[in-house]
Parts: sequence; C-alpha cells; structure tokens
Amino acid sequence: MPDEALKVTQTLPKEFDRRAFFTKIGLGSLGIAAAGTIVFSYEYLSPNVLYEPSAIVNVGKPENFALNSVTMDVNSGIYLVRAEEGYFALNAVCTHLGCLTAWNQDLGIIACPCHGSKFTRTGEKIEGPAPKPLPWLKTWVSDEGDLMVDRSTDIPPLRYLRI
Amino acid sequence: MPTKADQIVDKVRESRVWRSVFRSGTGSSTLHRALAIQQNIFLHLFATKVRKRMVRFSATWYLGTLTFGTFLILVITGILLMLYYHPSVPQAYADMKDLQFVVSSGLFLRNLHRWSAQLMVFLVFAHMFKVFYRGAYRTPREFNWVIGVFLLLITLLLSYTGYLLPWDQLAFWAITVGSNLSSSVPLVGSKIHFLLLGGNQVNANALLRFYVLHCVVLPLAAILFIAIHFWRIRKDGGLYVQHSEPKARAIPETALTAKEVK
Repeated sequence: MPDEALKVTQTLPKEFDRRAFFTKIGLGSLGIAAAGTIVFSYEYLSPNVLYEPSAIVNVGKPENFALNSVTMDVNSGIYLVRAEEGYFALNAVCTHLGCLTAWNQDLGIIACPCHGSKFTRTGEKIEGPAPKPLPWLKTWVSDEGDLMVDRSTDIPPLRYLRI
Repeated sequence: MPTKADQIVDKVRESRVWRSVFRSGTGSSTLHRALAIQQNIFLHLFATKVRKRMVRFSATWYLGTLTFGTFLILVITGILLMLYYHPSVPQAYADMKDLQFVVSSGLFLRNLHRWSAQLMVFLVFAHMFKVFYRGAYRTPREFNWVIGVFLLLITLLLSYTGYLLPWDQLAFWAITVGSNLSSSVPLVGSKIHFLLLGGNQVNANALLRFYVLHCVVLPLAAILFIAIHFWRIRKDGGLYVQHSEPKARAIPETALTAKEVK
C-alpha cells in the first residue's frame, strides 16, 4: 500500500504537489500580511489630526501698516509688507533648512541667522545657501476689512494686493 | 594551602543554590575557566581564551570597551533622568531646569549623561579610526565592520534624538534644521519629514516621537547590534593583532610559553 501511494505521487505533475501548493499559499498569505503591516504602520504613524496653529492668519487692518514698512509676525512666521505697489505677504521660514529669518531695517534686507542666506524685501535671494526665494503667500481682505494671509498657499511673486 | 577566605568561597561555589545557577562547577583549571565563560549567557559572546597580545593596551587602546562603558553610563543615567522628565511641551523645559536646580544630584546625572554622550560619539569615531588604520576591518572581519557602521549610525541618531529633549531654543532650531535635511530625500523626503516629526513642525508630537526613539527604540537596537558585534569578535577569530608587530615588543618573552610566542 505505501508503495502504491508513493507511485501515485510520483506520477502526478509537479504543479499539483500538495506540499508545494500549501507552501505557496502560506508564503503568499505571509507576503500579503507583511504588505498589510507596512501599510498599517505607515497609516498609524501619520497623524490624521494635527493640533498645529491654523495656516490662515489675521494680521489686522491694512491701514495699521505704514507705507514701505515690513512687519514680521513671529508667531506665524510671516512678513507683511506694504510697498508702493500694494500689500504682500512673505513666508519668513528660510527655504534652506527652515530657520526663521529676520528683517534688517538698516540694511533693508531679510537675513537668516542660521546659515547666512540673504533676501530682498520681495523675497528674492541675494546670497547664501538658500535654494529658492522666499515664497509669496496668498493674501486677501476679509469681509470685516482685515488683512488675511494663508501660509499654506504660495502665489507667484509680484502679485500685489491693491486696496 | 588555601586560605580561610578561599575555603569560604569554595563552600559557596559548591552549594546547591550556586551550582543550580552556575553549572561550570568549582575549581580553577583551564577547563573550569573556559566553562565559566562558555556557559554564561553574557560572557559566552566572548571567546573562552584570548591571546595575551590581543588584550594588550597597544593592540586596541581599549577604545571599543571604553565606548561600551560610556554606553552603560548613558543607560543608567538615562533611566534615572527619565524619572523626572515628562516629554510634553509645557513640562519638558521646566523638568530639565528642575533636574539642574531642584533635584538632588540631578545636575550631576544630567551632566554625566551629556558628557558621556559627547564622549561616546568621540570614542566611536576613535575606535573606527583605530580599526581602520590597523586594517582590522579586513577579511574575515568585514561583516563586523558593517555592524560597526550600523552602531555608528545608531549612536549618531541617539545623539540627535536626545538633542531635542531639553526643549530649549538650541534644541528646537537644531531639530528644525536637522529634520528639514530629511526633506531633501528624493520623492519621499517630505513624507519622511512628516513621519519623523508626526506633523509639519517641531511640536508636541515631534517631542514625544523623539523621546520614544531616544529612550526605547534606539537603545534596544543598540543593545542588539552591540551583542552581535561582540559575538562576531569571537566568531571572526578574536581581536585582530597585526602580524607585522614585532613579537619581542608585543609580549615580554619571559611571560610566555613557547607555543604562545609562536
């Protein structure tokens, strides 16, 4: 009897080998489980709700800003500039490695304390390691007449807000 | 003629309790000494026998051992610091200041942790330079060199994650700059940055993540790799001794048998 059983399994084509079949099933399910674990881990590690400050900042009435002034809001990391051509907002976070830049009134430039990047008032790079100019931010006037800035939305440079 | 103290030691070592823990038995023969090493879970990582010239100061300057020493100091002082430190935004900085000015010996433990951390980074580099210039990384020890590179990375990451925990200006901007470096990775850079900080900026989530990495994940990884690193020394034929080193200078001949000189 054992001899006969052996004979039968030997004549079967390889695809129908029971052990190979279960090995494939087992390895396949392990692979699916491993892929699922990676996806679940990634999902778990990315927070869905963030308790970070809102990207939209109310900077107050437009007339509070003097002509040709650069005002920095340290808490939200933005510059509000009132130029001859109109208002605009710049992101004060350096495009190099994320330090907060500072406006130097005497030299009339924006400078980064970390690695020495320098920018003009309109965000153009003068020198330093920063790869990109400081981005212009979406700016508008709310229904209450306040100047609003959206820190998360960049706009092309030199789009002044005229009031 | 054994002294009284020796007799007491032998009596303890022959007791049933001792023998149930240490099975190598009493006696100080070469076999007993070898068994004591081989049958101990920690010591069995090491070789049961080493050549005298391998453990001479000139061979390694003990840089690896010293690195491990700083690691042990860091684990002990780190656990003690954890008893007073809360990884939360309102408390982290105040806890660090409390450790310095209010907690008994807190200043000593914090400084010991900080200086040992600096020293460990220095010693890891010194150890690697020593290994490199002696050529001790070559076959059959090349895999242990790779393990060492992982340990270097773990050491640097421990250093980096610990840097945020005082939650002062230096910590905040250093981690802001450092984590922005990860954004430079092609394609997945901003994702890595987001996962590392648990958000878009260095904030409560980042502090907690760095705390968990610093106190749990990275130390466990370090212990695992250190164990493999030590075990591989034995498996790769012991500590490396240069063949070009003059034997007469390496070992005083009087202290050796003919076989050891060879």
